[in-house]
Amino acid sequence: MEMLRFATAGSVDDGKSTLIGRLLLDSKQIFEDQLEAVERTSREKGFDYTNLALLTDGLRSEREQGITIDVAYRYFATPQRKFIIADTPGHVQYTRNMVTGASTADLALVLIDARKGIVEQSRRHAVIASLLRVPHLVLCVNKMDLVDWDQRVFDDICAEFTEFAAKLDIPDLTFIPISALNGDNVTTHSEHMPWFGGPTLLYHLEHLYIASDRNLIDPRFPVQYVIRPMSDRHHDYRGYAGQVAGGVFRPGDEVMVLPSGLTTTIASIDTFDGPLDEAFPPMSVTIRLADDLDVSRGDMICRTRNAPTATQDLDAMVCWFHERPMAERVTYGIKHTTNSARCQVRDLQYRLDINTLSRDDSAGQLHMNDIGRVQLRVTAPLFVDEYRRNQTTGSFILIDESTHETVGAGMIIGTGD
Amino acid sequence: MKAAQVPHLDALEAESIHIIREVAAEFERPVMLFSGGKDSIVMLRLAEKAFHPARIPFPVMHVDTGHNFDEVIDYRDRRIAELGVNLVVASVQAAIDAGRVVEETGPRASRNKLQTVALLDGLTDGGFDAAFGGGRRDEEKARAKERIYSFRDEFGQWDPKNQRPELWSLYNGRHRRGEHIRVFPISNWTEMDVWQYIEREGIEIPSIYYAHRREIVRRDGMLLAVTPYLTLLPDEQPEELLVRFRTVGDATCTGAVESPAATAAEVIVEVAASRITERGATRADDRISEAGMEDRKREGYF
Ligand SMILES: Nc1nc2c(ncn2[C@@H]2O[C@H](COP(=O)(O)OP(=O)(O)O)[C@@H](O)[C@H]2O)c(=O)[nH]1
Repeated sequence: MEMLRFATAGSVDDGKSTLIGRLLLDSKQIFEDQLEAVERTSREKGFDYTNLALLTDGLRSEREQGITIDVAYRYFATPQRKFIIADTPGHVQYTRNMVTGASTADLALVLIDARKGIVEQSRRHAVIASLLRVPHLVLCVNKMDLVDWDQRVFDDICAEFTEFAAKLDIPDLTFIPISALNGDNVTTHSEHMPWFGGPTLLYHLEHLYIASDRNLIDPRFPVQYVIRPMSDRHHDYRGYAGQVAGGVFRPGDEVMVLPSGLTTTIASIDTFDGPLDEAFPPMSVTIRLADDLDVSRGDMICRTRNAPTATQDLDAMVCWFHERPMAERVTYGIKHTTNSARCQVRDLQYRLDINTLSRDDSAGQLHMNDIGRVQLRVTAPLFVDEYRRNQTTGSFILIDESTHETVGAGMIIGTGD
Repeated sequence: MKAAQVPHLDALEAESIHIIREVAAEFERPVMLFSGGKDSIVMLRLAEKAFHPARIPFPVMHVDTGHNFDEVIDYRDRRIAELGVNLVVASVQAAIDAGRVVEETGPRASRNKLQTVALLDGLTDGGFDAAFGGGRRDEEKARAKERIYSFRDEFGQWDPKNQRPELWSLYNGRHRRGEHIRVFPISNWTEMDVWQYIEREGIEIPSIYYAHRREIVRRDGMLLAVTPYLTLLPDEQPEELLVRFRTVGDATCTGAVESPAATAAEVIVEVAASRITERGATRADDRISEAGMEDRKREGYF
């Protein structure tokens, strides 16, 4: 059984909680007693239907209380797949939540209220999904019951969104008309919309091909931890533990280690369950090298003819998370793969208006939830790829040096000038 | 090349191992909490895998309520010996004896709340800066938002306002001296995943997780084991039933369920079926009280 991670986004009241409740309920993840509690609360609150949104209501009450709203993770499984939902609250200022949720997502699900059509928020969600290079986007046009299941409404929304999406980089875009409240086209086909020939949402989630979304071309192995048992049985054992970040590694492969640039071959790929013939993302393994090189955490094992760029200059799109804005010439901590260093903001080239996609060259700072193009100078070389090529070696986080908070996230576009 | 599909248990395992190694690399003195329950058993196995063939490079801590099932302590000691790791016991009894906490009395007394003190003392005494816990996000609604690296205030409480966003597989472990974090390497596992993994890997777990005949009493809709620690109420009549436990904690307040499931595979079938057929007041009551117990445990423990 494969695992699919998806992030959900929508404006407030588009029906996101209802949809998630529906998916959990129809995949039997909800226990009777939980459902009864929801039915009871629904009656108490005067709804004449079972408000499934109450099932995932943790967020809503927080919203009312004005506490920090955050990504919530939810789980369900069908015989086909295990799903992890990153449920990101859709409020205007929560770009950072969507960015966080999308960073690990195979698919982004954006909800639209059929009556309202595409709003600023929907564009924003699509832009973030494309910036984070979420490979699959599903646009669910919800509340079709409130527009008399009208195909024209759906078609118009699809056309408008397709036109907008052409400006973005969205490899796979799917539209599904649904009614989350009644379950139409969520897990079963809708009798009300015989004109829709596409799959139900759940079928789409279950059958979508995701195996090729990983980078299996460029071998990248950031060394995370050096394993040296120093026991009698494994006296000379020295293994490099880490999670494969790209490509396929096999015993016998000639490899290069950065930053030294020295080459050797892979002696074996070890795991607790025995040696492997090959290792690829997202496997966590231990690599042993034929020669005794001085390799430590933060080093990168790659191929002579296929290596990441070693650079101190980063050109990146940065999303800012903190109330204290990002400013030029300030120094931050940076974490990239298993490497930590410091970096200085050399230049904020522009702030991206993610509603209009226009660029504001005059911005001197990035405020919370802003996204902008930034030049960074790092204190030591990092081994990077473009984010579009490899999300693991192409991403980093920025850390406030005094509070240690995570204040920004970056996606590498290039290696500076 | 067989890179086509990655089974979900492999993906989860790889993620958890990555997290465990990351903490071992970035913290000076991590410790792994071990309750003898199935989640912490799986977590300990993942740690074993993460550093193989070396030993796990940090100690294991058991917060001991003193109200243990014998089977669990046997299991703990065997496993610790097998792994050759250090065991630190943070004892609730010791905290009581030292007058650090006052024990509840009466038939419904429980030591769950006292665990917090023993745990925090244990962390301070050991100078630990990171504590691995076997919490899962599917356990309850509030847990759904807890981070993998969970920053705690000085009382060890989760501070929802002071959590760091977690993107990709980049974890920010920077901390000041004296601060500690909790780390949940199996956050993304569900109860079902844990059982499937136990079955796939053939992991041994304490026998009380499987069907066995035991003296129990019915109290507040729960089936409680009759042990030396449990004070019976006047009208309570012990009876012998075929039961298994779904969690193992303080023996005085961990409820059993009636079940003939004697293997991991049979438990999986039950867990799957209970999602569909767990209807009606009796089972639901069972479920609610069980969830309630879990909550109390969590307050005290994690
Ligand atoms: N008529 C109709 N109402 C819906 C539908 N989906 C959600 N709603 C209602 O829209 C309101 C907002 O839904 P909710 O799920 O709470 O929205 P969220 O803010 O996006 O999580 C609730 O009153 C829902 O019952 C739908 O498909 N049809």
